Amino acid sequence: MGVDRRQFLKIAGLSTLAGLGGKTAFELLAPGDVEAALPLMKAKRWAMVVDMRRLNEEAMKKLQKACHYAHNVPDFGDPKVEIKWIWAEEFKHAFPDHENEYVPEKVAHEKVLLLCNHCSNPPCCRVCPTGATWQREDGIVMMDWHRCIGCRFCMAGCPYGSRSFNWGDPRKAPKALNPDFPTNPEFPTRSKGVVEKCTFCDERLAKGLLPACVEAADKIGKDLLIFGDLADPDSNVRQALGKHFTIRRKPELGTSPNIYYIV
Amino acid sequence: MLDRTLKGSQKYWGWLIFLLIMMGIGFLVYLYQFKVGLRITGMSRDVSWGLYISQLTYLVGIAAGGVMVVLPCYLHDYKAFARITVLGEGLAIASVLMCFLFVMVDLGQVTRMFNIILYPHPKSILFWDMIVLNVYLFLNILIGWNVVAAERKGIHYQKWVKVLIYISIPWAFSIHTVTAFLYAGLPGRHYWLTAIMAPRFLASAFCAGPAVLLLICLIVRKVTKFDPGIKQMRTLGGIIAYAFVLNIFFFLLEVFTAFYSQIPGDMHSLVYLFAGLDGYGKLVPWMWTFAVVSVVAIVLLVVPATRRKEDTLMVACIAVIIATWIDKGLGLIIGGFVPDPFGKVFEYWPTTPEILITLGVYATGFFILTVFFKMVVSIKEEVGA
Repeated sequence: MGVDRRQFLKIAGLSTLAGLGGKTAFELLAPGDVEAALPLMKAKRWAMVVDMRRLNEEAMKKLQKACHYAHNVPDFGDPKVEIKWIWAEEFKHAFPDHENEYVPEKVAHEKVLLLCNHCSNPPCCRVCPTGATWQREDGIVMMDWHRCIGCRFCMAGCPYGSRSFNWGDPRKAPKALNPDFPTNPEFPTRSKGVVEKCTFCDERLAKGLLPACVEAADKIGKDLLIFGDLADPDSNVRQALGKHFTIRRKPELGTSPNIYYIV
Repeated sequence: MLDRTLKGSQKYWGWLIFLLIMMGIGFLVYLYQFKVGLRITGMSRDVSWGLYISQLTYLVGIAAGGVMVVLPCYLHDYKAFARITVLGEGLAIASVLMCFLFVMVDLGQVTRMFNIILYPHPKSILFWDMIVLNVYLFLNILIGWNVVAAERKGIHYQKWVKVLIYISIPWAFSIHTVTAFLYAGLPGRHYWLTAIMAPRFLASAFCAGPAVLLLICLIVRKVTKFDPGIKQMRTLGGIIAYAFVLNIFFFLLEVFTAFYSQIPGDMHSLVYLFAGLDGYGKLVPWMWTFAVVSVVAIVLLVVPATRRKEDTLMVACIAVIIATWIDKGLGLIIGGFVPDPFGKVFEYWPTTPEILITLGVYATGFFILTVFFKMVVSIKEEVGA
């Protein structure tokens, strides 16, 4: 995990202010020192466990708000052009292959928290003609909004409906629905004509913070969303997966989704 | 040779001016789309490809269909087609150019189009589609131009042109196979996830392309002194008959697999297209038109008397074009997105601006086709072919 340009400029600027001089900024950022300078979160395979038993619709709305607020996701108030990174969907729509008329009433009407599955074998990255969406070494399926040509092949390729397209200019979303847009000046807004989706908050992980939805979930209750390294047998996610029966969306497609649901 | 395109009748100029007006309207609407984004189309988060990409798919078929006059001529030594191979090449050139335009109007960030070349990703089928279509375009331009130039001078075209012709034959098959792979390799899109997609595409291409060509032959014979020949048109009729019957046979194979297996995902798109799903059925009248028109086409093409008679053959060709267009230029792409990955139905229908841009692209294609054929036919008239 490296330091992006924004962080570099920040550190360079701060060190200059402190009277250290530009040269020292480069020394400070010599390989190896970066990790010491910034508390970065690292993993071999990021994954999330969602505890559906304890997550109600109201809580999901809060998580969506936290995410969309942190990433300047506008509300168009129209399902045709809507953009969503994380959202609640009815069980039968989230798991259409788990066809069962007689599931308990509670499950049938309860909603499921959906986001990008950050698949280990992502079809979206396979079909992208420019590499504007690609998989990082830690498993995160990333988006480059400056390289995307807006062909929407990834949207056809994703079997989970996790991707949204900017059909119009997000900065021109109705003011009435987005009074304080952009909500987070630290995060870029997108241009029209590119695809976007959840990135497991790569920008927060780089700073050593948990994803915005996980942080918001922790405020509601302990371990509603468990986020950690699937490759580490002692990690929180592996412990949760060992203890509870979990399901994933459409595993039969061979995409190896990395969002697990405790039912 | 291009000077031939500048001398024409009033009807010729009237037709070109009409096309230019359509192109102008399409271009102005496109400028509007370029400014505000693709939200002016009927496409949505659920149906993320629409009329533009369906037309691309259909026209790759028309382009590949041109090979059905080249192949018999060069691989089976069917000399009668030598008179009209250049018409097939012209149709291929105009169709591929329309394909490029349809991709361009569909892109969200068209100014970044060259990222496909700057950051090539061979794992993406779109990368290969771009390559095969470009090569096919240049093959046809080189072949078409040199063959016509040689004809004008009354000499035989050079040997290297023949090499290109032999390459262009399998290449025509490749362009439509790769286009089928755009769809046939996507997990979770049941309507497209079928190994028979490429054969289906080729079968529909090899009837639709020659059907368009046959209509062009009839028009050329009516408005010019060049006669493509009754024997040629009859042979085309036979090719269309075989390919169209195969096309419908392949489609029925899909229907069998879906409904005999009773796997919901395999059935849902077909149910949506032909009966409607969850109360939504915008495409139902279209798909039944496809079914009825297909039956008419099969009857007219299979019965020898109607296939050999010019006016009924013409009706059959129109029926083939309508049927294949509804199947591939409308139902196939939209049906693939309905129901969406959540099993929900979100319907798509093109908007007026979207249709105007589409007509603008078609007008551009017809303009190129008209000018190219005007050049070819003028030369053929001069040398008295």
